[in-house]
Amino acid sequence: MATAKKKVVQWEPVDIKAELLKQYPAKVARKRAKQIMINEAQENSPPSEIVANVRTIPGIITMRGCTYAGCKGVIMGPTSDIVNLVHGPIGCSFYAWLTRRNQTSASGEKNENFITYCMSTDMQDSDIIFGGEKKLAAAIQEAYDLFHPKAIAVFATCPVGLIGDDIHNVARQMKEKLGDCNVFAFSCEGYKGVSQSAGHHIANNQVFTHLVGKSETEKTDKFKINLLGEYNIGGDGFEIDRILKKCGISNIATFSGNSTYDQFASANQADLSCVMCHRSINYVADMLETKYGIPWIKINFIGAGATAKSLRKIAQYFGDQELTDRVEAVIAEEMPEVEAARLEVYPRTQGKTVMIFVGGSRAHHYQELFNEMGMKTLSAGYEFGHRDDYEGRHVLPNLKVDSDSRNIEEIQVEADPLLYRPRKSPEEMQLLEEDGLKFKEYQGLNPDMDKGSIIIDDLNQYEAEKLVQMLKPDLFCAGIKEKYSIQKLGVPQKQLHSYDSGGPYAGFKGAVNFYQEIDRLVNSKVWGLMQAPWQENPELSATYVWE
Amino acid sequence: MLLRHTPKEISERKALMINPAKTCQPIGAMYAALGIHGCLPHSHGSQGCCAYHRSTLTRHYKEPISAATSSFTEGSSVFGGQANLLQAINTIFTVYDPEIIAIHTTCLSETIGDDLPQILKKSKDEANTPEGKMVIGAPTPSYVGSHVTGFSNMVKAMADMAVPATKKNGKVNVIPGWVEPCDMEEIKRLAAMVGVDITLFPDTSGVLNGPLSGEYTMFPKGGTTVAELQGCGAAIGTLALGEWCSADAARLLDTKHKVPCRVLDMPFGLKATDRFIDALRTVGGTSVPEEISDERGQLVDMISDMHQYFYHKKVALVGDPDQLIAMTEFLVSIDMCPIHIVTGTPGKKFEKRIKEITKDVPFPVNVKAWGDMFLLHQWIKNEPVDLLIGNTYCKYIARDEDLPLVRWGFPILDRQGHQYFPTVGYKGGLRILEKILSALLDRTDRDAPEEKFELVF
Repeated sequence: MATAKKKVVQWEPVDIKAELLKQYPAKVARKRAKQIMINEAQENSPPSEIVANVRTIPGIITMRGCTYAGCKGVIMGPTSDIVNLVHGPIGCSFYAWLTRRNQTSASGEKNENFITYCMSTDMQDSDIIFGGEKKLAAAIQEAYDLFHPKAIAVFATCPVGLIGDDIHNVARQMKEKLGDCNVFAFSCEGYKGVSQSAGHHIANNQVFTHLVGKSETEKTDKFKINLLGEYNIGGDGFEIDRILKKCGISNIATFSGNSTYDQFASANQADLSCVMCHRSINYVADMLETKYGIPWIKINFIGAGATAKSLRKIAQYFGDQELTDRVEAVIAEEMPEVEAARLEVYPRTQGKTVMIFVGGSRAHHYQELFNEMGMKTLSAGYEFGHRDDYEGRHVLPNLKVDSDSRNIEEIQVEADPLLYRPRKSPEEMQLLEEDGLKFKEYQGLNPDMDKGSIIIDDLNQYEAEKLVQMLKPDLFCAGIKEKYSIQKLGVPQKQLHSYDSGGPYAGFKGAVNFYQEIDRLVNSKVWGLMQAPWQENPELSATYVWE
Repeated sequence: MLLRHTPKEISERKALMINPAKTCQPIGAMYAALGIHGCLPHSHGSQGCCAYHRSTLTRHYKEPISAATSSFTEGSSVFGGQANLLQAINTIFTVYDPEIIAIHTTCLSETIGDDLPQILKKSKDEANTPEGKMVIGAPTPSYVGSHVTGFSNMVKAMADMAVPATKKNGKVNVIPGWVEPCDMEEIKRLAAMVGVDITLFPDTSGVLNGPLSGEYTMFPKGGTTVAELQGCGAAIGTLALGEWCSADAARLLDTKHKVPCRVLDMPFGLKATDRFIDALRTVGGTSVPEEISDERGQLVDMISDMHQYFYHKKVALVGDPDQLIAMTEFLVSIDMCPIHIVTGTPGKKFEKRIKEITKDVPFPVNVKAWGDMFLLHQWIKNEPVDLLIGNTYCKYIARDEDLPLVRWGFPILDRQGHQYFPTVGYKGGLRILEKILSALLDRTDRDAPEEKFELVF
């Protein structure tokens, strides 16, 4: 077992940092030093700054992907009844084809679900030379003729921006021509920004501009929320929806797990936005508030305790006794099974250590689940987070906007003359704040981590290997690219992007799944099978004498 | 129905590809480069390219796939990627210390016109590449050909490492094409049995089917060494397996170093393996040992034993040209009937070759190069089959149409074993037959009414 290894050296945080930087060329080391932070005790000193959302150094084996991956792959990929058409050479569409494990149940009225279809204009060299606009228009027409979808979303890949194809104009023309199909485009070329994060922002802008507020059906439920930044990987969204439904809370729109056109279009009718993944979706939360008057709170359905807390926050917002009672009843009903599962694994997981390097929120959220199992997070960081995801939103006014971020459009939103409606009076909002319900607030990852733990932004292959060798965690959480190099070291790795083949891990049932999965990983017999008898005892002390 | 929007009626599409049977060049170049010992593949493009290729290769091989990227930004896309690449080369040699970096381009760097040979020369001239280390490059624009083309382009760049030779070294170059690490191992085993000293390149065995030992090394012991590649020009001949994957590299060695070449089919199935073994013994001047004849005999024996289940069963196939050509021939040779064959890789030669191989199949045969799996599915709806052979994405068609599926090709994302059990050679043929028979008979068992449910087949 992994735990059988002796931790021979006790590393001091400063030495760990020095060791990580040792091998780098001077310039690289200087840059990386600012992205590797030793967490301070929050109450004593002003928290130190971390550099995040900056370029990865060429040649570094990074975990990061591109803007297209953030836009098409993450935000728009999980939708079911919108045709996603990628304009570019074939690869970009191929790689984003069902690989993120977003589950969809096709809840749209006509049972439409296009998630299993990978569509591309398959640009050829002649399109690169002569332009691809005609081909794009033809492809939109062919997709329309075949599927008659409500909407077609067009995604740009690197060469599209370089050769100057005006995809927005093509989309506009085709929308007009088709009449009953909303066609819109995303300028999410892979070279923009410094990571997937720019793609999230671009997707937020376009979904808000082209979809939100376009529904004509009125949602009349009593407690209406939006769930922002939940992608239904491994069925997380299904579990959250199950709980919400049981509580009597209506989820108008999930951005964007198992989402439909109508959900996006109705998002303006919710009375509260609940933000799961702050990094990928906070732009939409802000815009929904500005344009339609919907306040937002940060919630987290990862971890049983966090789920209960989030449900209570929602109930507190609506301030309805019946809802509050029902939420409490649901928590009381769900928790015993969760608690039994937790206590069952606890003796085997307690005291184990973990490192988490994913995303823009999960490296934070999953610490809740590990805490519930008595596991300590030694080191964590985001692949594409910004400073506010680490230090909290209070740093936002002071964020430096560099040239890479400046290129990503910030859309200006104003209160809608017809649809803007404050959900609560300023007095009501203030009372809720005084009662502890914080709006538009996210404290970030750092305050929840111990003093002296190592927080690393944009961790790379080299640093990951060093960290694991130095600190010998019992578990390492990252993505598929990192999985097997870590496991070769004899340390189990859990994918927290796509969950390997597991899930759901959100909500109450998800917590049970996660406890059992982590118990399996950190206690697997396989890690004790790596040495052959002759490797454990290489000395031949005596030869066997056959009778 | 997961593909419920696919209509039976086929309409012509000129601009829209749906459910492709190919992906882009760079991933092929990355896989090929992993078959060089001590090599770090490098993607000269946006971060996403490298991330996507590494993810897909990792999901297929279930092994670490290390590769670096030039991490293009909007600025470098405007001003050119030279500065990024020079910095990348410096970073890579300092931090990861490979023997060699194999760079491939992307649609991004090709569209902006980055001149790879010029940048590599600059790197060398300015001592950015350390003494004794190598950097090679292959152009792999994603908007030309497919992943197979990219593989071929990188293999060609490997062949281009050959240095002029004054005398022959008696070895034979074997270029295996895009096959699994275990297939490369099997080709080496067969060549050793025939007594021919070969240089196999690329060779991902020992790289992408490594052991779990508690130690990680970015550069495992497998792979064709730089020295071996440099010595390719001294070989007495080259056997290129697969026109699409391997022929360009073999022809380059012929043109530049007068190493004669023969282009063969990939050795999948009986006849293609026969031709490979026969070619090996001919160029090597050796005789085939009895053990190989026995292996062949076992395959023939198994074909005979299983023939009753295979006879005139209709098969739909999707994959890459070289693999499909050999597989189609194998299926025809065991009296199965491949009737729908699609590759995403362009090339009319493919259609011609498949038509030749299937000319005596007693049913109409559909074949398309630069086709897609949407079309394949429509063909199946119009003319149902008994078996589907292809990569993991076929499972959606198989489920909708309730078809037995044999996973074979790239990528396989939902099953394991393809890295370890070869399908080339006679032993590989046994493996293919076993998989086909299991798929067919599992279905027979599942569907049999109680009174027809049989113990013995």
